[in-house]
Amino acid sequence: MSTDETFGEYGGQFVPESLMPAIEELTEAYERYVLDNEDGFMDEFRRRLADFGGRPLPLQHAESLSDRYDTEVYLKREDLLHGGAHKLNNALGQVLLAKYMGKERIIAETGAGQHGTATAMAAAHLDMPCEIYMGETDIRRQRPNVFRMKINGAEVNPVTTGRGTLKEAISETMRDWATTVETTHYVIGSVVGPAPFPAMVRDFQAVISEEAREQVQEKAGRLPDSVLACAGGGSNTMGTFHHFVDDEDVGLYAVEAGGSSLEVDEAEGVAPNSASLSTGDEGVLHGARTKLLQDSHGQIMESHSVSAGLDYAGVGPELAHLVDEDRVDAVNVDDDSALEAFHRLSQDEGVIPALETAHAFGYLKEHHDELGDLVIVNVSGRGDKDLETVLEETEKRDLDVAPDMSVLRDAAGSGGDL
Amino acid sequence: MGLERVFADEPAFVPYVAAGDPTYEESLEYVEALERGGADVIELGLPFSEPIAEGSTIQEAVVRSLEGGMTPDRYFEFVEDLDVDVPLVCMTYYNLIAQYTHPETGETGPRAFARRASEVGIEGFVVVDLPAEEAGPLREACDEFGQDLVFIIAPTTKGERLERMREHVSGYVYVQARLGVTGARDDVSDQTEESLARVDDWAVPKAVGFGIKTGEHAERIVAAGADGVIVGSALVDIVADGADPDVDQPFPETVQRLESKARELKEGALAGAERAAAERSD
Repeated sequence: MSTDETFGEYGGQFVPESLMPAIEELTEAYERYVLDNEDGFMDEFRRRLADFGGRPLPLQHAESLSDRYDTEVYLKREDLLHGGAHKLNNALGQVLLAKYMGKERIIAETGAGQHGTATAMAAAHLDMPCEIYMGETDIRRQRPNVFRMKINGAEVNPVTTGRGTLKEAISETMRDWATTVETTHYVIGSVVGPAPFPAMVRDFQAVISEEAREQVQEKAGRLPDSVLACAGGGSNTMGTFHHFVDDEDVGLYAVEAGGSSLEVDEAEGVAPNSASLSTGDEGVLHGARTKLLQDSHGQIMESHSVSAGLDYAGVGPELAHLVDEDRVDAVNVDDDSALEAFHRLSQDEGVIPALETAHAFGYLKEHHDELGDLVIVNVSGRGDKDLETVLEETEKRDLDVAPDMSVLRDAAGSGGDL
Repeated sequence: MGLERVFADEPAFVPYVAAGDPTYEESLEYVEALERGGADVIELGLPFSEPIAEGSTIQEAVVRSLEGGMTPDRYFEFVEDLDVDVPLVCMTYYNLIAQYTHPETGETGPRAFARRASEVGIEGFVVVDLPAEEAGPLREACDEFGQDLVFIIAPTTKGERLERMREHVSGYVYVQARLGVTGARDDVSDQTEESLARVDDWAVPKAVGFGIKTGEHAERIVAAGADGVIVGSALVDIVADGADPDVDQPFPETVQRLESKARELKEGALAGAERAAAERSD
């Protein structure tokens, strides 16, 4: 077997020379351990995903949403994975691989903190020292995950450059890796970066669609008409789609963050969205050729989403390819719609979704008539980490569905502790 | 003959600064000061928003330059406005090359970029995130327009990769003295001699960079067998001082400090060559 270095015109290995030998070493390890299951690597990975991670995870029939939209809606519950998000599938796979490769140290970047949390947990579980790079802006808006990383024994290094979000954290982690590459493995948090990362991360996340495909046939007796997943870098998207890609009658929808607008301010170098699949152009960033939010000169734009986990100017190269091939529909919803969906799912189903996930439910609400009679939505993670952001952002808006939060304000006013 | 020519008679001093740092006008004078100080080739940075191979010194220079409005076309204008006789090498990241649109032909990509660069007199490129495996289109464009494509050899580059790069490199080979990102250091890496030994029989000159800060460093590097030294962060530090209101370094003083630093580094390189010759005659 060999690795996919490119997906159509996307992918590749655009990295400083100091990293190339590590990329080659990783490629070899990926082929041996992941693709060929040498030394029983994949058996151990699956055993740990079960025992430590809690897999398999349910495909839940969402009764209220099904009634509301007159469509059978199933939730793939990745929020129930240990750590509260799909991220552990990849983090556990890569930390275990680093162990098999004889590496001594783990580094990672994180945006919303879920990948950082998952990596810190996997590193603690497998007894590896771990450092996480996180933008200052994201540290402020994702405090609970910063606590969790620290509690699991990881160092959290704040990144102050740019807007202090995921793009800057990735650049900073690559700098660390360039210095420590001989002893350190960089656990990239999505299906981005130089080959073999996009294919390898997809393979670790593909357990989502492997389970979902079996479960839906068991429960509904057939394949779904549509599968929805939110898309930032694209790891839960590719994981959720992978085993459906060859099922051409199944519609695949990658739901991006439309932010506050799809317009861009080129002079300021800012895109008020993170919709690189929907609005980006081909370019090279962080080791791969893919679709990017960039200005006409090729400078990377600052992106925006109410959800830190989607706030990235690029996207996985395989996903970009599948969109070009018309196999995946790139769609988007804005911040308001995601917030509304966050509240609706919480109230209707008792599932508090991550703000990332809420984008997929926002799209379901707006387009359920077009999605067929049987829809799977991936609940990529749980929303505990986002509660402060949700409270703050909800107060700025007039959302009918939002609960009255005055009890919190009253408690705070009388000396209560938020 | 391409950039090899400047290494032919004596060890070369190859400074790096980011074009437009901290402003367009100041930067023009800084580059010219480097030539007066003894630069043989100047690596002129075209700033990219995500400089993943740079340490904080050059990263901040990139931010200053971009905030001043630097773009690829402005960069080419900058090169045209420069009054220097030494060859210029454009040092940048691949996305700017891939996205470039030639203002007259409308062509996009590496060929358009190389063409425009050749029109303003740029003789070569160092593209930090472009390994030999991905370099085909730019290599072809360089051949067409008579430019050199310089590759960086890292301490980790060995075996087949080394051979592959040998086939693609021209002008000079940039020998990275240590692992990591750019930045001035207080010592010279022991990895340098080992790295030089790996490319000893290559036909192109060997220029060593990463961490070189003083004339003494330059002397040791050249004495160890390098044909030239590449210095970036130690020079950009001086530019940064000039841009920092807290340091209160007037513009003429920044120009003077850059020229002096360049002279110190060039003289160090020359002393290194003398030391090597003396050791050989012993």
